[in-house]
Amino acid sequence: MGVSTQANGKQHDFITEDTLSERVRKAEYAVRGEIVARAGQLQKELQEGKKLPFESLVYCNIGNPQSLGQKPMTFLRQVLSLCDYPQLIEQPGIEKIFPADALSRAKEYLAACKSTGAYSESKGTALFRKEVSEAVERRDGHACNPDELFLTDGASAGVHLILRTIIRGEQDAVLTPIPQYPLYSATLALNGGTLVPYYLDEESGWQLSIDSLKKATDEARKDGKNVRALVVINPGNPCGQVLTRENQEEILQFCADEGVVLMADEVYQDNIYVQDKTWQSFKKVMRDTKTEIPLVSMHSVSKGFYGECGRRGAFMELVGLPQGVLGELGKLASISLCSNIAGQIATAIIMNPPKEGEPSHELWQQERKALLESLKKRSRMLAETLSKMEGVTINTPEGALYAMPRIRLPKKAVQEAEKISKAPDFFYCKSMLEETGIVTVPGSGFQQVKGTFHFRTTFLPQESEIGAVCERVSAFHKRFLEKYGPLEASD
Amino acid sequence: MKPRGGQRLLRQVQSVLEQRCPETRLLCSQTPGSRGFASAIPQEAFDEPPQNHKEGKVLHPDLLNENFRNAEYAVRGELYLKGQELVKAGRDIIFTNVGNPQQLGQKPLTFNRQVQALVSAPYLIDHPQAKGLFPADAVARAKTMLKYFPGGVGAYSDSRGSAGVRQEVADNITRRDGYPASPDNVFLTDGASVAVRYMLNAIIRDNRDGIMVPIPQYPLYSASIQLYGGRLLGYQLDEDAGWGMGIPELRRTVRDARANGLAARAIVFINPGNPTGQCLSYDNLRELIKFAHEEKLVLMADEVYQENIYQDKLPFVSARKVMMDLGEPYSKEVELCSFHTVSKGSLGECGLRGGYVETTNLHPGTIEEIYKIASINLSPNIMGQVAMSLMVNPPKEGDESYPQYKEERASTIASLRRRAHTMTDAFNACEGITCNFTEGAMYSFPRLHLPQKAIEAARQAGKPADTFYCLELLEETGILTVPGTGFGQREGSFHLRTTILPPEDQMPVLVDRFQTFHKKFMDKYR
Repeated sequence: MGVSTQANGKQHDFITEDTLSERVRKAEYAVRGEIVARAGQLQKELQEGKKLPFESLVYCNIGNPQSLGQKPMTFLRQVLSLCDYPQLIEQPGIEKIFPADALSRAKEYLAACKSTGAYSESKGTALFRKEVSEAVERRDGHACNPDELFLTDGASAGVHLILRTIIRGEQDAVLTPIPQYPLYSATLALNGGTLVPYYLDEESGWQLSIDSLKKATDEARKDGKNVRALVVINPGNPCGQVLTRENQEEILQFCADEGVVLMADEVYQDNIYVQDKTWQSFKKVMRDTKTEIPLVSMHSVSKGFYGECGRRGAFMELVGLPQGVLGELGKLASISLCSNIAGQIATAIIMNPPKEGEPSHELWQQERKALLESLKKRSRMLAETLSKMEGVTINTPEGALYAMPRIRLPKKAVQEAEKISKAPDFFYCKSMLEETGIVTVPGSGFQQVKGTFHFRTTFLPQESEIGAVCERVSAFHKRFLEKYGPLEASD
Repeated sequence: MKPRGGQRLLRQVQSVLEQRCPETRLLCSQTPGSRGFASAIPQEAFDEPPQNHKEGKVLHPDLLNENFRNAEYAVRGELYLKGQELVKAGRDIIFTNVGNPQQLGQKPLTFNRQVQALVSAPYLIDHPQAKGLFPADAVARAKTMLKYFPGGVGAYSDSRGSAGVRQEVADNITRRDGYPASPDNVFLTDGASVAVRYMLNAIIRDNRDGIMVPIPQYPLYSASIQLYGGRLLGYQLDEDAGWGMGIPELRRTVRDARANGLAARAIVFINPGNPTGQCLSYDNLRELIKFAHEEKLVLMADEVYQENIYQDKLPFVSARKVMMDLGEPYSKEVELCSFHTVSKGSLGECGLRGGYVETTNLHPGTIEEIYKIASINLSPNIMGQVAMSLMVNPPKEGDESYPQYKEERASTIASLRRRAHTMTDAFNACEGITCNFTEGAMYSFPRLHLPQKAIEAARQAGKPADTFYCLELLEETGILTVPGTGFGQREGSFHLRTTILPPEDQMPVLVDRFQTFHKKFMDKYR
């Protein structure tokens, strides 16, 4: 396989899967894995006019809001459009089409970056970093140094940068929450590092127990590993939990005690649906409690109420790192020259939106409020549907964009899965796809406590559609249990 | 994997070293499954894990990934950092260190930016008052473009990039080369650099895998090979022969690599060259392809400057076309990766980060793996893909915007051509400088025949002689260049790289400033 024989009998080796870098081969990323690939095939079949049990696919596998009809924020698009085509700004009568603050913001930004078509400094244009740093200060009530900010092509690029720097080999380990967003497992595999899992507690609403952190750390060290960093996703992905302030303080103390860098994935900070909890950044809690540790905080334009995934815009704040390390990170960033400028602009805008008194302020707040209320509503709808399904339990999402229900599968289903060498929840999700066209991600893609099964779905389909999605999932689940069930107490 | 000669020897050496000096870090691991990471030590060889913290810091500069620390990228290295310092101090610095046309005043193409503005804010398309602002064909194109991106430009696309844009890229390649290309072999990426890194990451398994790279080279290659723990196998370009590539030199490189127990897996070539600016002839390409076939090398064709051609003798021809012209077995067997971008050419859209790799004859399993790795990053940015679409599928004759579009593109290239001559001539007019003509790309790479006293002064200052020269040039004139050491050069030769991008009306002043400085320098160190 992978070898072709030439006419003269010589063999020609292609670069095959067997002769690729092993780390590349080991990395996995379920969010766009096999089930999504199958969905693509089904999509083609639908387009070719084939008759399937459903009329359209619904992609609930990925937090990609605008692909499911979410509208972008008007002000953001106005500024970006003007930056795309600056000649517009001087057109007579342009104030009838664009509000004054969009025009002035675009002018200011263009003066800073010259053109969205020019490479900026590798950390990102100074003005945009300044705006982000001021916004972080407003958010947290503590100083933020723009020289400790990196603007990156999405938060994922920032994660790559950090892990590439700190992983020297297999001996270096990173504590990763289980369940986790598989960017972390994949990137660790690519860099040849070790993932040390710490289990979130489903019974208590997916809370993070310091004991489980300590246990995982001690065991890893017994194995001869260096535990170098701790990843915390807050609000959580896939689980949607928001950490309590107390929990955050414990985590910071743990990092201080154990000499571990905290990687705080905070990309869902603008997706909070609970009143009884506030979200605060780890930076804020760190400075409030004066627990100084090396901290990497990440935020992105992809989620929140702006949902600009396609822009690839994010920032990373790095505190408590020696100058030499920042210099090295800057060097690595410089090899790719810079992140895309429109993404940098989008990042500045979400952190520094129109202020009270400015022409676009009201619309911005209106759009924001409506979107967040709608997301909350949809999250509740979906959670309710799921909790009513037989054998299904769910912690209602407090934040982020996902529901992660736990499903109990009958023995026959587990056996069917084993027959095709797949995880049982993969089998469940694949069956759901084939019957309903709804694309989800099996819990095995995020890792989970052994013997438990989950799947992750977004609640991003529009309000007008999510009811039908809920019904379809419900109906499918019933049929699935009828086919493979019943559930026994031990399932 | 087939066992390699020298593996047993390596093991013997390793065990001797471990016995004699346990702290020795060897760069190879013999443990199956742990192959492929650069600073690993076989589990048996040590009792304690590597040091985790120093001076109270976990992330101490000395405790970072070693490959990472050893990677260098001179384009934004010492000279650039010095330039930034001077800017902060209020000096007026001309950045000719990086191919960043729009930073130096080159205007983007009007039609492209009109379409971009419309897809950014689609409400403009049907806005009654916006009618007069955009030509009809830009509006029509924006509508088509939005069909390629369900959900608009704010949604992740397919991880390989939008199918519609990949089709346009494939169609453009088909038109350009006269051989059918498939969108299934195209990956759109956030700039060509990302695509290069995907391929190098896939190819380099451990530090016995070598990648052949031209010397001088664009340091993306040296840095990336270092980062992925591979070995750079440099093959010298011949400055006296217009930076030509000679097959004997390629053979020598492969031979030496193998004698050292290394596997040569791929050969990179940059056409038109960066920093050297030479255009490869059809025959040269043919020889190269045959060589790659013979030695079983993946051919990595960096063709990002294919639109930047400043002479008529050697027009651009793609590696793919030459390969297909050759027919079998080459056309069916050489594994080719061709890279292109929106950053150069007449578009100069560096900041949008739009690029692609087109693969030919890659094993489908390999393409699957690359798709998997691309999917971890979810999607390349949409605007970069939009710009790519506009580049490969531009306005056509008869379209309303065509005349202006054609004129803008042609005049940019014509202006670059004039500046290529101006710069080459300016360097050649200096005592002790010889400079090959910039046949293509965006750079001038003059050779500095520095007097012995200057070389001595540089040594005293602890710098390579060309770095020393460039630092003085920067201090005196504000012109920021990159020393030849950043790109690699023949031992004992010195160069600097500058772009040809400063605006035409500024060129006389710049040339004058440079020549004045150089005369002073030569007078001082003669």
